[in-house]
Amino acid sequence: MRTSVVVIGAGQAGLAMSHHLTNRSIDHVVLDRGEVAQSWRVERWDSLRLLTPNWMSRLPGYRYVGPDPDGFMTNLETIEFLERYSRRSAAPIRCHVTVEQVRARHPGFDVVTDQGVWRCDVVVAATGSSSEPRVPSLAAELPLRIRQLTALQYRNPRQFGDGEVLVVGASASGAQIADELQRSGRATTLAVGDHVRLPRTYRGRDIHWWMDAIGQLDERYDEVDDIVRARRLPSLQLVGSPDRRQLDLNTLVARGVSIVGKVMGVNGEKSQCSGALANVVASADLKQRRQLTRIDDFASAHGLDEAIPPPMEPQPTNFGTAPTELDLARFETVVWATGYRPTYRWLDRAAFDHRNRVEHDGGVCALDGLYLMGMPFMRRRKSSFIDGVGSDAAELVSHLHAHLDRRTRHVDTGAGARQLLHD
Amino acid sequence: MTDTESPAVDNGVNIEALRGARQALTDAPGAAQFTWRASNHWVSGTHSSTTITDFFGLGQDNMHRVVHTIEADHPQVFASQDNGAAPPEIVLAALASCLTAGVATVASHRGTQLRSVTATIEGTMDLQGILGIDADVRNGFDTIKVVYTIDADASRADIEAIVAQSQKRSAVFDILANPTTIQVTVA
Repeated sequence: MRTSVVVIGAGQAGLAMSHHLTNRSIDHVVLDRGEVAQSWRVERWDSLRLLTPNWMSRLPGYRYVGPDPDGFMTNLETIEFLERYSRRSAAPIRCHVTVEQVRARHPGFDVVTDQGVWRCDVVVAATGSSSEPRVPSLAAELPLRIRQLTALQYRNPRQFGDGEVLVVGASASGAQIADELQRSGRATTLAVGDHVRLPRTYRGRDIHWWMDAIGQLDERYDEVDDIVRARRLPSLQLVGSPDRRQLDLNTLVARGVSIVGKVMGVNGEKSQCSGALANVVASADLKQRRQLTRIDDFASAHGLDEAIPPPMEPQPTNFGTAPTELDLARFETVVWATGYRPTYRWLDRAAFDHRNRVEHDGGVCALDGLYLMGMPFMRRRKSSFIDGVGSDAAELVSHLHAHLDRRTRHVDTGAGARQLLHD
Repeated sequence: MTDTESPAVDNGVNIEALRGARQALTDAPGAAQFTWRASNHWVSGTHSSTTITDFFGLGQDNMHRVVHTIEADHPQVFASQDNGAAPPEIVLAALASCLTAGVATVASHRGTQLRSVTATIEGTMDLQGILGIDADVRNGFDTIKVVYTIDADASRADIEAIVAQSQKRSAVFDILANPTTIQVTVA
């Protein structure tokens, strides 16, 4: 099988890229191990809603137009939203095709799947950054009696017995899961490391409205001071809910969740938690204040102060002192919400740097003809958002198109003619 | 956004050299492996003396400019001679020194001129632990409190952010806040 471009993954990133490829009449296929929006189908918990409001669900040539622009899509609505997009843009998707290997042919690639080999000039890896959970190695030291699962395996509290739960990680996933478990009546402890605290709404607007308005989500990867750090930032400690409720350590504590520091060690039936929690919390409060000041400055500079509610100071995070030792005998289950990472096991080793990471500059890989999509802060702060894949795809497709043009000019005319036939 | 040019500040920190070192150690992670060393000998009673001469790093052994000596003893309330600070006090000194070095470095990095930096540091301890009176009481500090008084060309929020960042990048803060595997053997 021959095509110009193989896009791997039919989520928002792959579909946005496909849209731009179609617009340029570039012959391509989109392969997915499952169906459109596969990870939204099988790797999300039941109650999950998008963290961004509906009006921000903007994809190239398509956007949310329903009755609730300020609401947050449920998981099912997100799947439907992406399905409609794939039908509307008539993306050439091959579902239930598992990519086993991508081999660089210098030039071009062989994409080996469970249903044959695709030969192509360009590969776009749009499998996203949350393919597998990041779990600290000390998970292996927990007593065998304790049931462990990751945020990718979490569905709802009915998966659990009635015993106490330790949720590790206080970004969006961990905070939401701890909140849901505690509401279900299970005594829940949350282990808190570095996190990004922000209010759901500020001065009458959603926090993402502000981040969009002040241009923060459009900040480019080649403009920020420390892109390595910016890419490592955990997800915002937020929940999308119909009542736009606030979710932070204060609301969790008010609901009865116990807070401890980052889990640093396991010693038999005891776990040691970091004594640096006070600093972690103070830093999160300070960074929140810096963000809100930036918003206030923007509001003043744009004459919004009269039109919107005045600045307000969020409650400082306050839960007294936390123990540095946990008796693990208390816990029936531990949920690891300690982040996610991409997997590119199927990708040619030539694409990796000495630290075993795919080497790329804003999604343009060092390995000629390979592109990434949907990675955190890949080209812009919003790159991993539904709202961010469109502009990334638009920029990458220009690069990709130029690459294909060079190939057809320099490679034998037979390949060029074949490509024209495909078009 | 453009790179923010740091205004000319002088806190006595060679920030360019530190940035260069960070880049060099990013490119050559092997050189970042350090071993800190000390040797301690008993003098008499609870008095002992620690000398610090050299350390390993950047792929080789490095000598201190001079040999540093730290005397340690227990206070007279424990019928000791008080020939030096008590070891937990030396730990507090190490924490404060580490954080203060961090404050100066972070402030320089952020273009903040410092005029004065003072820290008071307190660690509370229930001696029923080390005396074996109550097995439920730990030997070490229950809590350590550090209070900084800083005079600088910066807002209170910026100063708080500098102090927060110095904790995030402090070796001794991490040593105290988080568990460390310790092996003590007899040669």
